[in-house]
Amino acid sequence: MSDAFISETISITGHGGDEIEAYSARPVDPGREIGGVVVIHHMPGYDIQTKEITRRFAAEGYNAVMPNLYHRDAPGASPDDAAATARAKGGVPDDRLVGDVSGAVDYLKALPTANGKVGVIGYCSGGRQSFLSAVSLPLDAAVDCYGAFIVGEVPEGFPLKVGPIVDKAPQLSCPLLGLFGAEDKYPSPEHVAELEEALKAAGKTYEFHSYSGAGHSFFSVNRPAYNPEAATDGWEKILAFYGKYLAG
Amino acid sequence: MCTYITEKVAISGSAKGAPGWFTVTDGSVYFDHPVHAPEGHTLNIDFLAPEAGPSARVAVELTAESARALAKAIESVLEQVPPGLA
Repeated sequence: MSDAFISETISITGHGGDEIEAYSARPVDPGREIGGVVVIHHMPGYDIQTKEITRRFAAEGYNAVMPNLYHRDAPGASPDDAAATARAKGGVPDDRLVGDVSGAVDYLKALPTANGKVGVIGYCSGGRQSFLSAVSLPLDAAVDCYGAFIVGEVPEGFPLKVGPIVDKAPQLSCPLLGLFGAEDKYPSPEHVAELEEALKAAGKTYEFHSYSGAGHSFFSVNRPAYNPEAATDGWEKILAFYGKYLAG
Repeated sequence: MCTYITEKVAISGSAKGAPGWFTVTDGSVYFDHPVHAPEGHTLNIDFLAPEAGPSARVAVELTAESARALAKAIESVLEQVPPGLA
């Protein structure tokens, strides 16, 4: 057993059998079977900051993988150019997202060090996609970091081609950890309350934390919205949650 | 939040990006998270040549205040152009 980990660009089989790019980070010799985490990147894409998050999970003792959700839109392009292209198309279609996350889950479960348990985590648009994955696939834990439009319609005129999915709460396959900024507008505290009501009504296991003084994107270390108090506590909540539900 | 607020415009001209000069045919103007600017949201303009692929893009990310100043300057310059030139 050592604390060494490897991180590398790989190819996984995503939605429709497509081979897509992904970034994998995993302990080299964990000395035990370990859980896996699928990291769903935010709207600005498959960027260095989200790769850093993926490596953090490996350093914390998880096999982690982040699929490049924009691979098909702009194969080989730099992450910012790919994000601009995907953005212009209105974002990632829901069915394609689920297929790509499913492929990432299969990849993690096939690793020789896997204990068979897999969680998802997503940020911003990825927060909604984390919830979408957890109501669509058999998972062991899901984390939604300030995902907009799980509740509520996209305002008229926005080219984002997604709709609310809160009605799928009864299909949630695993415990859900939600981390939100109390100053956020999308999702607003009212949106978060509506999601919580839906989970409660469906009898689901969930844990929500809303941080006062924090707005949207408070985990983003390279943006002014970064909130060290919320982000530090959020990381502790995530690791405790995965420690509970992804343990072997 | 990811606003996705976008306006697309057909444009005619050239832009210089990483691969050098190229002919641009499309513009995207949107207010959303920047990639590089140290702001939560910025007014972003992409000058694009979609037929040449996603990398044929010149991007700028401006604060709302500077974007308004830029728009005003563009209008001001065009108003000063002698008749028949533009």
